[in-house]
Amino acid sequence: MNAATLYGLCSAALVGLGLFGAIVHPQPLRKILAFNLLGGGVFLQFGVIARRGAAAGMGGDPVPQAMVITGIVVAFSATALAVTLLLRLYQVSGSATLSIETQSSSESDGGGR
Amino acid sequence: MTAAMVLDVGLALLVVAVAVWIVAAGSAFAAVVGFVSFGLLLALAWARLAAVDVALTEAAIGSGVTGALLMTAASRLRPTESRSAGERPGAFLHVVAAVLAVLVSAGLAALVLIPASPAPSLAPAAAVHLPELDVLNPVTAVLMAYRAVDTLLEKIVLLLALIGVWSLAPDRFWGGAPGLWPRSRPDGELTLLARLLPPIGIVVGIYILWVGAIAPGGAFQGGAILAAMWLLIMIAGLRPVPEIHRQWLRLVLVVGPAVFLTVGFAGFFLPNGFLSYPAQFTKPLIIVIEVVLTLSIAAILGLLVAGPPERERQR
Repeated sequence: MNAATLYGLCSAALVGLGLFGAIVHPQPLRKILAFNLLGGGVFLQFGVIARRGAAAGMGGDPVPQAMVITGIVVAFSATALAVTLLLRLYQVSGSATLSIETQSSSESDGGGR
Repeated sequence: MTAAMVLDVGLALLVVAVAVWIVAAGSAFAAVVGFVSFGLLLALAWARLAAVDVALTEAAIGSGVTGALLMTAASRLRPTESRSAGERPGAFLHVVAAVLAVLVSAGLAALVLIPASPAPSLAPAAAVHLPELDVLNPVTAVLMAYRAVDTLLEKIVLLLALIGVWSLAPDRFWGGAPGLWPRSRPDGELTLLARLLPPIGIVVGIYILWVGAIAPGGAFQGGAILAAMWLLIMIAGLRPVPEIHRQWLRLVLVVGPAVFLTVGFAGFFLPNGFLSYPAQFTKPLIIVIEVVLTLSIAAILGLLVAGPPERERQR
Protein backbone atom coordinates (compact mmCIF):
# COMPACT_ATOMS: atom_id res chain seq x y z
CA MET A 1 0.00 0.00 0.00
CA ASN A 2 1.47 3.34 -0.99
CA ALA A 3 1.02 6.72 0.71
CA ALA A 4 -1.71 7.88 -1.70
CA THR A 5 -3.89 4.82 -0.94
CA LEU A 6 -3.31 5.28 2.78
CA TYR A 7 -4.40 8.93 2.78
CA GLY A 8 -7.26 7.99 0.48
CA LEU A 9 -8.61 5.58 3.13
CA CYS A 10 -8.00 8.30 5.73
CA SER A 11 -10.07 10.77 3.65
CA ALA A 12 -12.90 8.21 3.33
CA ALA A 13 -12.98 7.88 7.13
CA LEU A 14 -13.04 11.68 7.53
CA VAL A 15 -16.02 12.03 5.19
CA GLY A 16 -17.94 9.37 7.16
CA LEU A 17 -17.10 10.95 10.53
CA GLY A 18 -18.08 14.40 9.31
CA LEU A 19 -21.36 13.15 7.89
CA PHE A 20 -22.20 11.33 11.13
CA GLY A 21 -21.39 14.38 13.25
CA ALA A 22 -23.37 16.75 11.05
CA ILE A 23 -26.47 14.53 11.41
CA VAL A 24 -26.42 13.63 15.10
CA HIS A 25 -25.11 16.81 16.78
CA PRO A 26 -27.96 19.08 17.91
CA GLN A 27 -25.76 22.18 18.31
CA PRO A 28 -25.38 24.18 15.08
CA LEU A 29 -21.75 25.04 15.88
CA ARG A 30 -20.92 21.33 16.13
CA LYS A 31 -22.71 20.77 12.82
CA ILE A 32 -20.54 23.48 11.22
CA LEU A 33 -17.43 21.80 12.65
CA ALA A 34 -18.53 18.39 11.37
CA PHE A 35 -19.27 19.87 7.96
CA ASN A 36 -15.74 21.26 7.82
CA LEU A 37 -14.45 17.79 8.71
CA LEU A 38 -16.45 16.34 5.81
CA GLY A 39 -15.01 19.03 3.53
CA GLY A 40 -11.48 18.26 4.72
CA GLY A 41 -12.03 14.62 3.75
CA VAL A 42 -13.31 15.53 0.28
CA PHE A 43 -10.34 17.86 -0.27
CA LEU A 44 -7.93 15.12 0.80
CA GLN A 45 -9.54 12.80 -1.77
CA PHE A 46 -8.64 15.42 -4.40
CA GLY A 47 -5.09 15.31 -3.04
CA VAL A 48 -4.95 11.56 -3.58
CA ILE A 49 -6.21 11.93 -7.16
CA ALA A 50 -3.62 14.68 -7.73
CA ARG A 51 -0.82 12.51 -6.30
CA ARG A 52 -1.74 9.59 -8.53
CA GLY A 53 -1.71 11.90 -11.52
CA ALA A 54 1.95 12.77 -10.95
CA ALA A 55 3.55 13.26 -14.37
CA ALA A 56 5.74 15.59 -16.41
CA GLY A 57 8.21 15.94 -13.54
CA MET A 58 5.56 17.27 -11.14
CA GLY A 59 4.85 15.67 -7.75
CA GLY A 60 1.12 15.78 -8.48
CA ASP A 61 -1.48 16.98 -10.95
CA PRO A 62 -1.63 20.77 -10.33
CA VAL A 63 -5.26 21.15 -11.44
CA PRO A 64 -6.94 19.30 -8.52
CA GLN A 65 -4.46 20.99 -6.17
CA ALA A 66 -5.49 24.44 -7.41
CA MET A 67 -9.17 23.45 -7.10
CA VAL A 68 -8.61 22.47 -3.48
CA ILE A 69 -6.91 25.81 -2.70
CA THR A 70 -9.96 27.58 -4.11
CA GLY A 71 -12.19 25.14 -2.21
CA ILE A 72 -10.49 25.81 1.15
CA VAL A 73 -11.01 29.57 0.75
CA VAL A 74 -14.67 29.14 -0.29
CA ALA A 75 -15.25 26.72 2.63
CA PHE A 76 -13.86 29.37 4.96
CA SER A 77 -16.22 32.05 3.54
CA ALA A 78 -19.21 29.75 3.99
CA THR A 79 -18.12 28.89 7.54
CA ALA A 80 -17.74 32.59 8.41
CA LEU A 81 -21.23 33.32 7.08
CA ALA A 82 -22.76 30.33 8.92
CA VAL A 83 -21.08 31.27 12.21
CA THR A 84 -22.27 34.88 11.91
CA LEU A 85 -25.83 33.72 11.19
CA LEU A 86 -25.64 31.52 14.29
CA LEU A 87 -24.33 34.32 16.51
CA ARG A 88 -27.09 36.60 15.19
CA LEU A 89 -29.69 33.93 16.02
CA TYR A 90 -28.30 33.80 19.54
CA GLN A 91 -28.35 37.60 19.78
CA VAL A 92 -31.98 37.82 18.65
CA SER A 93 -33.55 34.75 20.29
CA GLY A 94 -31.26 34.13 23.27
CA SER A 95 -30.66 30.56 22.20
CA ALA A 96 -28.64 28.85 19.49
CA THR A 97 -30.80 25.88 18.65
CA LEU A 98 -32.43 24.56 15.52
CA SER A 99 -35.21 22.83 17.47
CA ILE A 100 -38.55 24.62 17.09
CA GLU A 101 -39.94 23.80 20.57
CA THR A 102 -36.90 25.03 22.47
CA GLN A 103 -36.79 28.16 20.36
CA SER A 104 -40.41 29.19 21.06
CA SER A 105 -40.07 28.48 24.80
CA SER A 106 -36.95 30.64 25.05
CA GLU A 107 -38.75 33.46 23.26
CA SER A 108 -41.66 33.36 25.71
CA ASP A 109 -39.37 33.58 28.73
CA GLY A 110 -37.93 36.78 27.31
CA GLY A 111 -34.58 35.52 26.06
CA GLY A 112 -32.41 37.70 23.87
CA ARG A 113 -31.17 41.21 24.05
CA MET B 1 8.14 -1.10 6.12
CA THR B 2 10.21 2.01 5.56
CA ALA B 3 10.51 4.98 7.91
CA ALA B 4 8.40 7.12 5.55
CA MET B 5 5.65 4.51 5.60
CA VAL B 6 5.67 4.44 9.41
CA LEU B 7 5.36 8.23 9.40
CA ASP B 8 2.44 8.08 6.94
CA VAL B 9 0.56 5.40 8.87
CA GLY B 10 1.05 7.29 12.15
CA LEU B 11 -0.06 10.58 10.60
CA ALA B 12 -3.16 9.06 8.98
CA LEU B 13 -4.17 7.38 12.26
CA LEU B 14 -3.60 10.62 14.16
CA VAL B 15 -5.74 12.60 11.68
CA VAL B 16 -8.61 10.10 12.06
CA ALA B 17 -8.21 10.06 15.87
CA VAL B 18 -8.43 13.87 16.08
CA ALA B 19 -11.45 13.77 13.76
CA VAL B 20 -13.14 11.30 16.15
CA TRP B 21 -12.35 13.70 19.00
CA ILE B 22 -13.93 16.64 17.10
CA VAL B 23 -17.17 14.67 16.67
CA ALA B 24 -17.18 13.13 20.17
CA ALA B 25 -15.79 15.94 22.37
CA GLY B 26 -17.98 16.99 25.28
CA SER B 27 -17.80 20.75 24.77
CA ALA B 28 -17.80 22.80 21.59
CA PHE B 29 -14.65 24.63 22.69
CA ALA B 30 -12.75 21.35 23.09
CA ALA B 31 -13.96 20.32 19.63
CA VAL B 32 -12.70 23.61 18.13
CA VAL B 33 -9.28 23.14 19.74
CA GLY B 34 -9.28 19.69 18.16
CA PHE B 35 -10.22 21.25 14.82
CA VAL B 36 -7.19 23.57 14.86
CA SER B 37 -4.82 20.65 15.45
CA PHE B 38 -6.74 18.64 12.84
CA GLY B 39 -6.00 21.39 10.29
CA LEU B 40 -2.30 21.36 11.10
CA LEU B 41 -2.09 17.55 10.88
CA LEU B 42 -3.98 17.66 7.60
CA ALA B 43 -1.43 20.21 6.35
CA LEU B 44 1.30 17.65 7.10
CA ALA B 45 -0.68 15.04 5.16
CA TRP B 46 -0.86 17.45 2.21
CA ALA B 47 2.90 17.92 2.35
CA ARG B 48 3.30 14.12 2.29
CA LEU B 49 1.10 14.07 -0.84
CA ALA B 50 3.58 16.45 -2.55
CA ALA B 51 1.04 19.30 -2.48
CA VAL B 52 2.96 21.93 -0.52
CA ASP B 53 0.84 24.80 -1.90
CA VAL B 54 -2.28 23.17 -0.48
CA ALA B 55 -0.47 22.40 2.80
CA LEU B 56 0.32 26.10 3.25
CA THR B 57 -3.28 27.08 2.48
CA GLU B 58 -4.69 24.43 4.83
CA ALA B 59 -2.41 25.51 7.68
CA ALA B 60 -3.04 29.24 7.19
CA ILE B 61 -6.75 29.32 6.27
CA GLY B 62 -8.22 25.88 7.09
CA SER B 63 -6.59 25.72 10.50
CA GLY B 64 -5.50 29.24 11.50
CA VAL B 65 -8.13 31.69 10.28
CA THR B 66 -11.06 29.24 10.55
CA GLY B 67 -9.83 28.26 14.02
CA ALA B 68 -9.81 31.88 15.20
CA LEU B 69 -13.34 32.35 13.90
CA LEU B 70 -14.70 29.16 15.49
CA MET B 71 -12.96 29.79 18.82
CA THR B 72 -14.62 33.20 19.16
CA ALA B 73 -17.98 31.65 18.29
CA ALA B 74 -17.53 28.73 20.72
CA SER B 75 -16.71 31.02 23.65
CA ARG B 76 -19.69 33.28 22.88
CA LEU B 77 -22.09 30.36 22.54
CA ARG B 78 -20.92 28.60 25.70
CA PRO B 79 -24.07 29.56 27.69
CA THR B 80 -26.27 27.72 25.17
CA GLU B 81 -24.49 24.38 25.43
CA SER B 82 -26.14 22.88 28.50
CA ARG B 83 -29.60 23.64 27.10
CA SER B 84 -29.06 21.87 23.80
CA ALA B 85 -27.71 18.75 25.53
CA GLY B 86 -31.29 17.53 25.94
CA GLU B 87 -31.91 17.80 22.20
CA ARG B 88 -29.70 14.88 21.25
CA PRO B 89 -31.55 12.66 18.81
CA GLY B 90 -32.57 9.15 19.84
CA ALA B 91 -30.73 5.89 19.35
CA PHE B 92 -32.60 5.14 16.12
CA LEU B 93 -31.27 8.24 14.34
CA HIS B 94 -27.79 7.49 15.67
CA VAL B 95 -27.91 4.03 14.10
CA VAL B 96 -29.28 5.34 10.79
CA ALA B 97 -26.64 8.06 10.65
CA ALA B 98 -23.89 5.58 11.49
CA VAL B 99 -25.04 3.17 8.76
CA LEU B 100 -25.20 6.01 6.23
CA ALA B 101 -21.74 7.27 7.23
CA VAL B 102 -20.22 3.79 6.98
CA LEU B 103 -21.80 3.26 3.54
CA VAL B 104 -20.45 6.57 2.22
CA SER B 105 -17.00 5.86 3.68
CA ALA B 106 -16.99 2.36 2.22
CA GLY B 107 -17.94 3.73 -1.20
CA LEU B 108 -15.13 6.26 -1.13
CA ALA B 109 -12.67 3.65 0.16
CA ALA B 110 -13.64 1.38 -2.74
CA LEU B 111 -12.92 4.23 -5.17
CA VAL B 112 -9.49 4.63 -3.56
CA LEU B 113 -8.69 0.92 -3.59
CA ILE B 114 -9.82 0.36 -7.19
CA PRO B 115 -8.05 3.23 -8.95
CA ALA B 116 -8.55 4.17 -12.57
CA SER B 117 -5.72 2.92 -14.74
CA PRO B 118 -3.97 4.86 -16.16
CA ALA B 119 -4.55 7.57 -13.54
CA PRO B 120 -6.15 10.65 -15.11
CA SER B 121 -3.79 13.62 -15.12
CA LEU B 122 -3.69 17.10 -16.58
CA ALA B 123 -0.08 17.57 -15.46
CA PRO B 124 1.45 17.13 -18.98
CA ALA B 125 -1.06 19.63 -20.40
CA ALA B 126 -0.25 22.07 -17.60
CA ALA B 127 3.49 21.68 -18.21
CA VAL B 128 3.31 22.57 -21.91
CA HIS B 129 2.69 26.32 -21.46
CA LEU B 130 4.72 26.94 -18.30
CA PRO B 131 7.75 28.43 -20.17
CA GLU B 132 5.47 30.88 -22.04
CA LEU B 133 3.89 32.03 -18.77
CA ASP B 134 7.31 32.36 -17.13
CA VAL B 135 5.69 30.91 -13.99
CA LEU B 136 7.53 27.85 -12.73
CA ASN B 137 5.05 26.83 -10.02
CA PRO B 138 2.37 24.86 -11.90
CA VAL B 139 -0.26 25.42 -9.18
CA THR B 140 0.15 29.20 -9.45
CA ALA B 141 -0.07 28.84 -13.23
CA VAL B 142 -3.39 26.99 -12.91
CA LEU B 143 -4.75 29.52 -10.41
CA MET B 144 -3.65 32.67 -12.20
CA ALA B 145 -3.70 31.69 -15.87
CA TYR B 146 -5.34 28.40 -16.95
CA ARG B 147 -8.22 28.60 -14.49
CA ALA B 148 -8.07 32.30 -13.64
CA VAL B 149 -11.85 32.51 -13.90
CA ASP B 150 -12.17 30.17 -10.86
CA THR B 151 -9.87 32.41 -8.85
CA LEU B 152 -11.78 35.50 -9.92
CA LEU B 153 -15.14 33.98 -8.96
CA GLU B 154 -13.69 32.84 -5.65
CA LYS B 155 -12.74 36.45 -4.87
CA ILE B 156 -16.32 37.45 -5.62
CA VAL B 157 -17.53 34.70 -3.24
CA LEU B 158 -15.27 36.12 -0.51
CA LEU B 159 -16.72 39.60 -1.07
CA LEU B 160 -20.30 38.26 -1.07
CA ALA B 161 -19.64 36.39 2.19
CA LEU B 162 -18.35 39.62 3.74
CA ILE B 163 -21.45 41.52 2.54
CA GLY B 164 -23.56 38.72 4.03
CA VAL B 165 -21.73 38.94 7.37
CA TRP B 166 -22.03 42.73 7.51
CA SER B 167 -25.71 42.65 6.60
CA LEU B 168 -26.39 40.63 9.78
CA ALA B 169 -25.55 43.67 11.91
CA PRO B 170 -28.37 45.35 13.82
CA ASP B 171 -29.48 48.59 12.09
CA ARG B 172 -28.12 50.93 14.73
CA PHE B 173 -24.58 49.59 14.36
CA TRP B 174 -24.43 49.89 10.54
CA GLY B 175 -21.24 51.60 9.46
CA GLY B 176 -19.66 51.04 12.89
CA ALA B 177 -16.71 48.95 13.92
CA PRO B 178 -16.78 45.12 14.19
CA GLY B 179 -16.96 43.68 17.69
CA LEU B 180 -13.38 42.53 17.99
CA TRP B 181 -12.75 43.96 21.43
CA PRO B 182 -9.19 44.51 22.50
CA ARG B 183 -8.64 41.94 25.25
CA SER B 184 -5.18 42.56 26.59
CA ARG B 185 -3.51 44.84 29.08
CA PRO B 186 -0.92 47.25 27.65
CA ASP B 187 1.83 45.38 29.51
CA GLY B 188 0.42 41.90 28.80
CA GLU B 189 2.04 39.13 26.80
CA LEU B 190 -0.42 39.49 23.91
CA THR B 191 0.67 43.09 23.42
CA LEU B 192 4.31 42.03 23.44
CA LEU B 193 3.53 39.34 20.85
CA ALA B 194 1.60 41.84 18.72
CA ARG B 195 4.67 44.11 18.72
CA LEU B 196 7.25 41.39 18.02
CA LEU B 197 5.51 39.11 15.54
CA PRO B 198 4.00 41.39 12.83
CA PRO B 199 7.30 42.78 11.46
CA ILE B 200 8.47 39.19 10.87
CA GLY B 201 5.03 37.98 9.80
CA ILE B 202 4.60 40.74 7.23
CA VAL B 203 7.98 39.93 5.66
CA VAL B 204 7.09 36.20 5.60
CA GLY B 205 3.68 36.97 4.07
CA ILE B 206 5.18 39.11 1.30
CA TYR B 207 7.92 36.52 0.69
CA ILE B 208 5.34 33.73 0.32
CA LEU B 209 3.42 35.87 -2.16
CA TRP B 210 6.57 36.63 -4.18
CA VAL B 211 8.00 33.13 -4.16
CA GLY B 212 4.65 31.75 -5.41
CA ALA B 213 5.82 32.17 -9.01
CA ILE B 214 8.65 29.65 -8.69
CA ALA B 215 7.95 27.62 -5.52
CA PRO B 216 5.00 26.77 -3.26
CA GLY B 217 3.25 29.94 -2.13
CA GLY B 218 1.03 32.61 -3.60
CA ALA B 219 -1.66 35.20 -3.00
CA PHE B 220 -3.93 33.09 -0.75
CA GLN B 221 -1.23 31.87 1.60
CA GLY B 222 0.51 35.25 1.81
CA GLY B 223 -2.83 37.02 2.28
CA ALA B 224 -3.83 34.70 5.12
CA ILE B 225 -0.57 35.39 6.96
CA LEU B 226 -1.00 39.15 6.53
CA ALA B 227 -4.60 38.83 7.78
CA ALA B 228 -3.40 36.96 10.88
CA MET B 229 -0.89 39.72 11.63
CA TRP B 230 -3.59 42.39 11.23
CA LEU B 231 -5.96 40.47 13.53
CA LEU B 232 -3.22 40.08 16.14
CA ILE B 233 -2.58 43.84 16.14
CA MET B 234 -6.33 44.58 16.43
CA ILE B 235 -6.97 42.02 19.20
CA ALA B 236 -4.05 43.39 21.21
CA GLY B 237 -5.58 46.85 20.82
CA LEU B 238 -2.49 48.41 19.24
CA ARG B 239 -4.60 49.66 16.32
CA PRO B 240 -8.37 50.16 16.34
CA VAL B 241 -10.69 47.94 14.31
CA PRO B 242 -11.68 50.11 11.31
CA GLU B 243 -15.30 51.22 10.99
CA ILE B 244 -16.82 49.53 7.98
CA HIS B 245 -18.09 52.75 6.37
CA ARG B 246 -14.52 53.98 5.74
CA GLN B 247 -13.80 54.71 2.06
CA TRP B 248 -10.19 53.47 2.23
CA LEU B 249 -11.32 50.17 3.72
CA ARG B 250 -13.86 49.54 0.99
CA LEU B 251 -11.26 50.49 -1.63
CA VAL B 252 -8.81 47.92 -0.23
CA LEU B 253 -11.55 45.27 -0.25
CA VAL B 254 -12.46 45.71 -3.92
CA VAL B 255 -9.12 46.70 -5.48
CA GLY B 256 -7.99 43.09 -6.01
CA PRO B 257 -11.14 41.77 -7.71
CA ALA B 258 -11.51 45.08 -9.62
CA VAL B 259 -8.00 44.95 -11.11
CA PHE B 260 -8.49 41.26 -11.91
CA LEU B 261 -11.79 42.02 -13.69
CA THR B 262 -10.26 44.95 -15.59
CA VAL B 263 -7.40 42.78 -16.86
CA GLY B 264 -9.97 40.11 -17.67
CA PHE B 265 -12.09 42.44 -19.80
CA ALA B 266 -9.01 43.99 -21.41
CA GLY B 267 -8.33 40.46 -22.67
CA PHE B 268 -11.27 40.85 -25.06
CA PHE B 269 -9.56 43.71 -26.89
CA LEU B 270 -5.83 42.98 -26.63
CA PRO B 271 -5.29 39.18 -26.91
CA ASN B 272 -8.19 36.93 -27.71
CA GLY B 273 -10.70 36.59 -24.91
CA PHE B 274 -11.75 37.06 -21.32
CA LEU B 275 -8.84 36.71 -18.87
CA SER B 276 -6.24 35.95 -21.51
CA TYR B 277 -3.04 37.89 -21.03
CA PRO B 278 -1.00 39.52 -23.82
CA ALA B 279 1.98 37.26 -24.42
CA GLN B 280 4.79 39.74 -23.68
CA PHE B 281 3.22 41.06 -20.45
CA THR B 282 2.03 37.77 -18.91
CA LYS B 283 4.44 37.63 -15.97
CA PRO B 284 4.15 41.34 -14.96
CA LEU B 285 0.34 41.18 -15.23
CA ILE B 286 0.17 38.04 -13.05
CA ILE B 287 2.40 39.71 -10.45
CA VAL B 288 0.32 42.92 -10.41
CA ILE B 289 -2.91 40.90 -10.02
CA GLU B 290 -1.40 38.76 -7.26
CA VAL B 291 -0.15 41.78 -5.30
CA VAL B 292 -3.50 43.59 -5.28
CA LEU B 293 -5.34 40.30 -4.67
CA THR B 294 -3.15 39.61 -1.63
CA LEU B 295 -4.06 43.00 -0.19
CA SER B 296 -7.79 42.40 -0.71
CA ILE B 297 -7.61 38.79 0.54
CA ALA B 298 -5.86 39.89 3.73
CA ALA B 299 -8.48 42.58 4.38
CA ILE B 300 -11.45 40.32 3.58
CA LEU B 301 -10.17 37.38 5.67
CA GLY B 302 -9.47 39.68 8.62
CA LEU B 303 -12.90 41.32 8.46
CA LEU B 304 -14.69 37.95 8.05
CA VAL B 305 -13.11 36.85 11.34
CA ALA B 306 -13.87 40.22 12.98
CA GLY B 307 -17.56 39.73 12.18
CA PRO B 308 -20.41 42.21 11.75
CA PRO B 309 -20.25 45.73 13.26
CA GLU B 310 -21.14 45.76 16.95
CA ARG B 311 -20.43 49.37 17.89
CA GLU B 312 -22.22 52.52 16.85
CA ARG B 313 -20.65 54.62 14.16
CA GLN B 314 -18.55 57.47 15.60
CA ARG B 315 -19.14 60.89 14.09
